[in-house]
Amino acid sequence: MTEQKIGRIIKVAGPVVVAEGMTGAHMYDVVRVGEENLIGEIVELHGDRASIQVYEDTVGIGPGEKVVNTGAPLSVELGPGLISNIYDGIQRPLSALVEAQGSFIKRGSDIPGLPRDKKWHFRPTIQNGTEVGPGDILGEVQESTLVLHKIMVPPGVRGRLEGLSEGEFTVTEQIGMVKTKQGERVLTLMQKWPVRRPRPVQQRLNPNKILLTGQRVIDAFFPIAKGGTACVPGPFGTGKTVVQHQLAKWVDADIVVYIGCGERGNEMTDVLMEFPELTDPHSGEPLMKRVVLLANTSDMPVAAREASVYTGITIAEYFRDMGLSVALMADSTSRWAEAMREISTRLEEMPAEEGYPAYLGARIASFYERAGRVICSGSPQREGALSIIGAVSPPGGDLSDSVVQATLHVVKVFWSLLARLAQQRHFPAIDWLTSYSFYKQYLAETFEDKDKGREFVQMTKEAMALLEQEAQLVEIVRLVGAEAISAADRMALETAKSIREDFLHQNAFHKADTYTPIDKQYDMLSLILHFHRQGLAAIERGVETAELFALPVREDIARAKYIDYAEADKIRAIRDKIDAQIKDLYSATAAK
Amino acid sequence: MLKEYRTVQEIAGPLMLVEGVERAKYGEIVDIEMGDGTIRHGQILQVEKDKVLVQVFEGTEGIDVRDTTVRFLGKPMELAVSPDILGRVFSGTGQPKDGGPAIIPKKRLNINGNPINPYARDYPNEFIQTGISTIDGLNPLVRGQKLPIFSGSGLPHDEITAQLARQSTVLGKGENFAVVFAAMGITFEAAQFFINDLTETGAIERAVLFINLANDPAIERIATPRVALTAAEYLAFEEDMHVLVILNDMTNYCEALREISAARKEVPGRRGYPGYLYTDLATIYERAGRIKGKKGSITMVPVLTMPEDDKTHPVPDLTGYITEGQIIMSRSLHRRGIAPPVDVLPSLSRLKDKGIGPNKTREDHADLYNQLYAAYARGKEAQELATILGEAALSAEDQKYMKFANEFEARYISQGYYENRTVFQTLDLGWELLSMFENVELKRIDVKLIEKYMPKFRAKQEQKTVELKKS
Repeated sequence: MTEQKIGRIIKVAGPVVVAEGMTGAHMYDVVRVGEENLIGEIVELHGDRASIQVYEDTVGIGPGEKVVNTGAPLSVELGPGLISNIYDGIQRPLSALVEAQGSFIKRGSDIPGLPRDKKWHFRPTIQNGTEVGPGDILGEVQESTLVLHKIMVPPGVRGRLEGLSEGEFTVTEQIGMVKTKQGERVLTLMQKWPVRRPRPVQQRLNPNKILLTGQRVIDAFFPIAKGGTACVPGPFGTGKTVVQHQLAKWVDADIVVYIGCGERGNEMTDVLMEFPELTDPHSGEPLMKRVVLLANTSDMPVAAREASVYTGITIAEYFRDMGLSVALMADSTSRWAEAMREISTRLEEMPAEEGYPAYLGARIASFYERAGRVICSGSPQREGALSIIGAVSPPGGDLSDSVVQATLHVVKVFWSLLARLAQQRHFPAIDWLTSYSFYKQYLAETFEDKDKGREFVQMTKEAMALLEQEAQLVEIVRLVGAEAISAADRMALETAKSIREDFLHQNAFHKADTYTPIDKQYDMLSLILHFHRQGLAAIERGVETAELFALPVREDIARAKYIDYAEADKIRAIRDKIDAQIKDLYSATAAK
Repeated sequence: MLKEYRTVQEIAGPLMLVEGVERAKYGEIVDIEMGDGTIRHGQILQVEKDKVLVQVFEGTEGIDVRDTTVRFLGKPMELAVSPDILGRVFSGTGQPKDGGPAIIPKKRLNINGNPINPYARDYPNEFIQTGISTIDGLNPLVRGQKLPIFSGSGLPHDEITAQLARQSTVLGKGENFAVVFAAMGITFEAAQFFINDLTETGAIERAVLFINLANDPAIERIATPRVALTAAEYLAFEEDMHVLVILNDMTNYCEALREISAARKEVPGRRGYPGYLYTDLATIYERAGRIKGKKGSITMVPVLTMPEDDKTHPVPDLTGYITEGQIIMSRSLHRRGIAPPVDVLPSLSRLKDKGIGPNKTREDHADLYNQLYAAYARGKEAQELATILGEAALSAEDQKYMKFANEFEARYISQGYYENRTVFQTLDLGWELLSMFENVELKRIDVKLIEKYMPKFRAKQEQKTVELKKS
């Protein structure tokens, strides 16, 4: 332990406290402030004077009170017990806080992130006497039915393994030790890591696989890759949070870390109540068994909100290091940026745009850069991926906002939410004309049948072309009326409408529609385009568009989304129905 | 012994700098005694060594550096509460204003409250019937929700808040209900309208009012919503009442906050509002909610006037990011005499899906509002098109949607401030309006529901056309 140095407060202004007598303190050291031992972090040093951002409410704190330096940076506890837990921004378990303090969050509590009394069954997978290095897997703990928690050698530890044994351990009990050159290092199920420093990896790789989400507009048109980054900006009421929730529920990842950063309390409660009841489509187990939640709602202290993003990503990196695919959702990074701005203002730093600190862009970039597909350090060799999906809440929906712009510099997928679509109750309100994804090249590989994959990519291109054609035609139709354009153009308009309403529109609250497997997406899109092609052929042969658009099979196409994929045949059967009904039109036209 | 100082150094705007103060605490409350013996109140905004920056709630007019005494009370601002606060009128800082006796406190509570632990929150899912179709049918309000009204100067937000306070009930339950009304910088007329309305219906017995009028000190408004919410929290979580909190008008609150920020020479954010406006508003709005194991609840309806009806102005914008939706007033509907003039398309209740459905309202509720929205959005577009091109130029389909939009506005939106519709009446009205479309066009509604509910209204529709033909 480092020697504890005690300083004295000289200034309090909101969440920022200045203390003097802090000789020997380091930047980002954690300190305990005042008689109530509030948790804070040093963010500025001038000689022996330190500015501290305090993670708790500072009302009632005044000059003269003590400040104790713990000598360690803000760290999280990593080990069994993370899964299904819900934490505040500095990894205090909220459920334990309720037990300790009641329904309202009070100050100065000191509850560790991982439960201390719980025993875990540890099973070694490596022999004593082996030379081990950082990241090597020592053994396993079955943490939940979905998560086999790998216990790893902490970063920076190298030497000969001794005394590792199977048994029941708490997170602080010794499970073995490593004889290093510097001496003996005790191993426990838990390790600690400072949140602001990325965890080391052996090698970074480019993403090459699609992270399926079951959301049609995303998977088919703007997919995200495993290890990729995406952002969802949109004004309020456009369904950012619903998109984030949908992804957290259905994303094809082993672990989901969900950071509620400065958002609504009731929304977090929604997640808390809903997730345990939902089942994972891949395993049939409750979704909560693969989720770690962080909730720092907007009324909780602003400095802890700043830290929550780092706490979350460090936990996500830890699971990635086990060789898992991890998806991290941050809702919303704008609140994080605002927390930075608030702290920066109190520090009286010179502001850049809109009062945000000059380092805003750099912080955002380095956060997203912690995503990626990697070869994890240690043996056995394994590959992990960490994908980040960040929501951005630009003021007034203005995409020129500093946070949006700084984010777009670094992310590879952009899902732009439109207020107009939300008003039409078109959800998810992702604008198909301005959104983009750099990962579309990997989409074909997602299908087991590669030919089917290539065909699907081709179909999405065709559909996108129709949507673009629609955007141009709509203007003309506005001015001169639908009768003035050619029958083929009318068909294009009608198909584009069908793509929008029957494919892109997805009801998150409908049992069958909330998650669409990629094969069902293929079937649905192929129905719509099949009708389009057959329709164009029919027009060539003199069939009236009005008759074509009034065919009853169109209702079947529209309702295909509500068919459970267990009954996929029903969807495919619609194809024959299309052919049959168009054939009838031919005979009717011929009869005329 | 309370510490007294006569060391006021500087006074600027609403702020006062006192020097040589020992052991002052951030957020502490102070009494300021002026030369003539009048007492004012303030709160510490910043302490640096022995220098203390105080914001003066009643304004600094008349305060001098020589004869003013400052007493540091060693505690944050508190509100005395007991069940007797019901039926009373207080000032914006919680002093009795109705000439009645002082409250004998059962408790004194810090007005800043504490954040509710998200883990302790209970999800709001009890439908509140407001009797207003545009809310019940399309944007249902649930207990524990915060749903602001975005209004503008000259729009009838007072009437609609009064209607909400008068009509809101939970289906099939007669529970303890209370209204907490916080007025921030509104006119005497507006406040009196609300008070009269409550008095006429007898609801005043169940109401607590905190009134800061337009000519009351602006800085006092900083405390008003917090004082009101402290009273609401007490009634909800200790006296088991379901509390409806109306905060009118939050724009005035934000302006007071901006005044303080400007006086402190802080770096401003958008339009001169401080960069921490979001956090500050969140500490107010997030006090709405339900808590596991407690009977009561706080439902909040903040009212704010949008300068120039601009939704992207910082106050409505940041509010919208915190609250669970918004009800927006439309000037064009108001001009056309449609009351309440709720602008349906941009209005939204985020918690609507949790409060409706079988056993709560009715199974068809969700599909029905989706369809009504989609059809009305389409009809609005046709309406706009008609103003450019003339009605005759519209396609038959567009004309049908336009007819729907017109009927929807005339019958569904427009109901007046005194008609109290049950949610079932509202739902049936929705089906009736939709019956002008073919079933195929109703893509947002499950076929089974159409089959179950529509025939009744179709028959009605047909009967009407038959009658029309006869006549």
